[in-house]
Amino acid sequence: MAEAKTHELVVSVSPHIRGKETVGRIMWTVNLSLLPAFIMSVYYFGPRAVYVTGLCIVASVLFEHAFQVSLKKKTTIGDGSAFLTGLLLGLNLPASSPFFIPIIGSFIAIVITKLLFGGLGYNIFNPALIGRAFLLISFPKLLTTWTEPTAKFIDMDAKTTATPLGILKEEGLVRLMEVFGSKTELYKSLFMGSTAGSLGETSAIALLIGAALLLARGYITWHIPVSYVATVGALAWVFGGEGLFTGDPLIHILSGSLILGAFFMATDYVSGPTVRKGQLIYGIGCGAITMLIRLKGGFPEGVMFAILLMNCFAPLIDRAVKPDLFGAVKEQKK
Amino acid sequence: MAKMATFDRGIHPEYNKELASGKTITDAKLPQRVVVPVSQHIGAPAQPEVSIGDEVKRGQVIGSTSGFVSSPVHSSLSGKVITIADFPSTAGKMVQSIVIESDGKDEAVTFNEHPDYMNLGPDEIKNMIKEAGIVGMGGAAFPTNVKLSPPKEKKIDAVIINGAECEPYLTADHRLMVEHPKEVVEGLKIIMKSLGVHEGHIGIEVNKPDAIEAMSDVVSGEENITVWPLEIKYPQGAEKMLIRAVKGREVPSKGLPMDVGVVVQNVGTALAVYDAVRHGKPLIERVVTITGNGIREPANMNIRIGTLMSEVVEQCGGLVEGAVKVIAGGPMMGFAQWTLDVPVVKGTSGILVMTESEYVTSDDYTACIRCGSCIDVCPMGLNPSMLSILSEKEFFEEAKDYNLFDCFECGSCAFVCPSKRPMVQFIRLAKSQVKP
Repeated sequence: MAEAKTHELVVSVSPHIRGKETVGRIMWTVNLSLLPAFIMSVYYFGPRAVYVTGLCIVASVLFEHAFQVSLKKKTTIGDGSAFLTGLLLGLNLPASSPFFIPIIGSFIAIVITKLLFGGLGYNIFNPALIGRAFLLISFPKLLTTWTEPTAKFIDMDAKTTATPLGILKEEGLVRLMEVFGSKTELYKSLFMGSTAGSLGETSAIALLIGAALLLARGYITWHIPVSYVATVGALAWVFGGEGLFTGDPLIHILSGSLILGAFFMATDYVSGPTVRKGQLIYGIGCGAITMLIRLKGGFPEGVMFAILLMNCFAPLIDRAVKPDLFGAVKEQKK
Repeated sequence: MAKMATFDRGIHPEYNKELASGKTITDAKLPQRVVVPVSQHIGAPAQPEVSIGDEVKRGQVIGSTSGFVSSPVHSSLSGKVITIADFPSTAGKMVQSIVIESDGKDEAVTFNEHPDYMNLGPDEIKNMIKEAGIVGMGGAAFPTNVKLSPPKEKKIDAVIINGAECEPYLTADHRLMVEHPKEVVEGLKIIMKSLGVHEGHIGIEVNKPDAIEAMSDVVSGEENITVWPLEIKYPQGAEKMLIRAVKGREVPSKGLPMDVGVVVQNVGTALAVYDAVRHGKPLIERVVTITGNGIREPANMNIRIGTLMSEVVEQCGGLVEGAVKVIAGGPMMGFAQWTLDVPVVKGTSGILVMTESEYVTSDDYTACIRCGSCIDVCPMGLNPSMLSILSEKEFFEEAKDYNLFDCFECGSCAFVCPSKRPMVQFIRLAKSQVKP
């Protein structure tokens, strides 16, 4: 007995074993899942993709570190979430963004949207999207100057052009067909990513490869992306054409930042609802607002505002929609 | 094998059962003394029936019941009562306990054998179970005779023996089913008889194929008893989950198994019932799994109630260097002990010793990132994320809107939480601050 007493025993609350999942592992995996999209952005937009995205990442990480160190808090840059915010912000910017755009955007995203609200877990809005929304409103010209996706590794001055959604909005479907030659060519370009647009949004295939990784790991579920994309597709089909039920859903699904938004930004844990059934409502809401803006609003693209607006509803959805309680059905029957 | 029965959600921890699953049950050495708490069960504590200096025999009642939901306690050896005082218990509280020093003779009182036990009436059986001090041996320790006496309006049509043993590491029930399948089944039949029920089930997780085989062999001639291979998933052995798996019935929120006509009893309890009714033996010993990487020689031991853990640990070769945590029960729902001088009681299914390298902590937990993992695994269909946040911010009343009291603290949410939040702690805190 005396021998046993020499041991110092630790008392803590159950459970006494834990799974291996950590916030860091999740965040770094999401970063990794965006690698294909980043590679495609470099392929199409050249060194400027590295420059803009890299600047966003460095600025985001530094802002977070500096803020926390200056407030004598523990730095959390190791968890990969500041890196992710920077990466997402970068992939949502045009290739031609001058240096101050990533820096201001990162400041708004990290310091204002995330840290001032209490840091990871407490932010109401998706930090990268608030950063981008701030930039779009403050520097509308710079944020809508699109370069052609023809990587020029030496010549930094690429020709400016319009995004497919921009053409669709300003000049119509006929003009869009003229630009790309045929519908098949248009789909192909949208799928591969050889269109103008934000750095990481153009290549649907690259984004879907990354999304597949997240789905396989269980880090995201189908609920938000599928309900979001399906709503956009359905509304595009019904209202997107000359008459009702004549629209082309595929153009709307593949263009703009819908794939990036539906799989990587609307699925942001902190700013979205947690209950799966509620996530369906959230996804449908995102889709409806996106199409409202695309078809009736002043901007050609509505993904960013749609997700931010639905962020506001996330807490309400979590209150209204609860998981199916075990034994609840029978209780009502009594 | 047909599609395995199970419930929705749940988790898949590492089971680590191989440490002890092959160890045959051995009898622990007769302890020098036993510390028998008067309250080893849910309900009113027993009243001491002996005084300091009294000579007692093995099986003698030393604490009698003091109410309907209560259970007597018996001396687990022969010797002298040396003190009656408050001692630490496995649940962390000080509990009045009767300390008996062994005289080394291990003399027993006369037990009333009943070779014709299947001819006994329900009330006789229930009374014997009550007199024997039998309580649920899976951990909750609810008096068994109370469970077998549902109000008249609750029609019971099935009894399920819980052989899931879903807690990682533990193998006591596994060994009992392998080594004493007949007695367990006879126990089930006695329980069925006491309830007037003709339908018996035995649920066993498929990580115990030898137990499934042994039990299936024994019931092969019994048409009304079925062995159910269950999917390996925690918390498969929780009553409500087991009933869902085997009978497909959902116990209503805030309800009890009897609300869906089912009574669940643990394997060890069934065996104790058999021993009590057939051999007149009170519950004075139980099989405990002593396991974990922190113990030198893992074992399944038949231990006298009241034996101090320190004595048991010594018999298992002692603790290894770096053993930091001793848990009464399993790793998911068991209680960490601050001292080894606590007695093994009726509800002690295991003594698990974990080493420093296995030690997990919530000391550095971070904010909930609302990933929803906990919602995906909660067997009760709760929103643990929300409950933990509300409790953290002291919105205890609001937690009730999220069915706070449906949580039975299985710990699945804490297991999966990437932010390492002390989910069970938060939920217990909230429960302690509001009325159901």
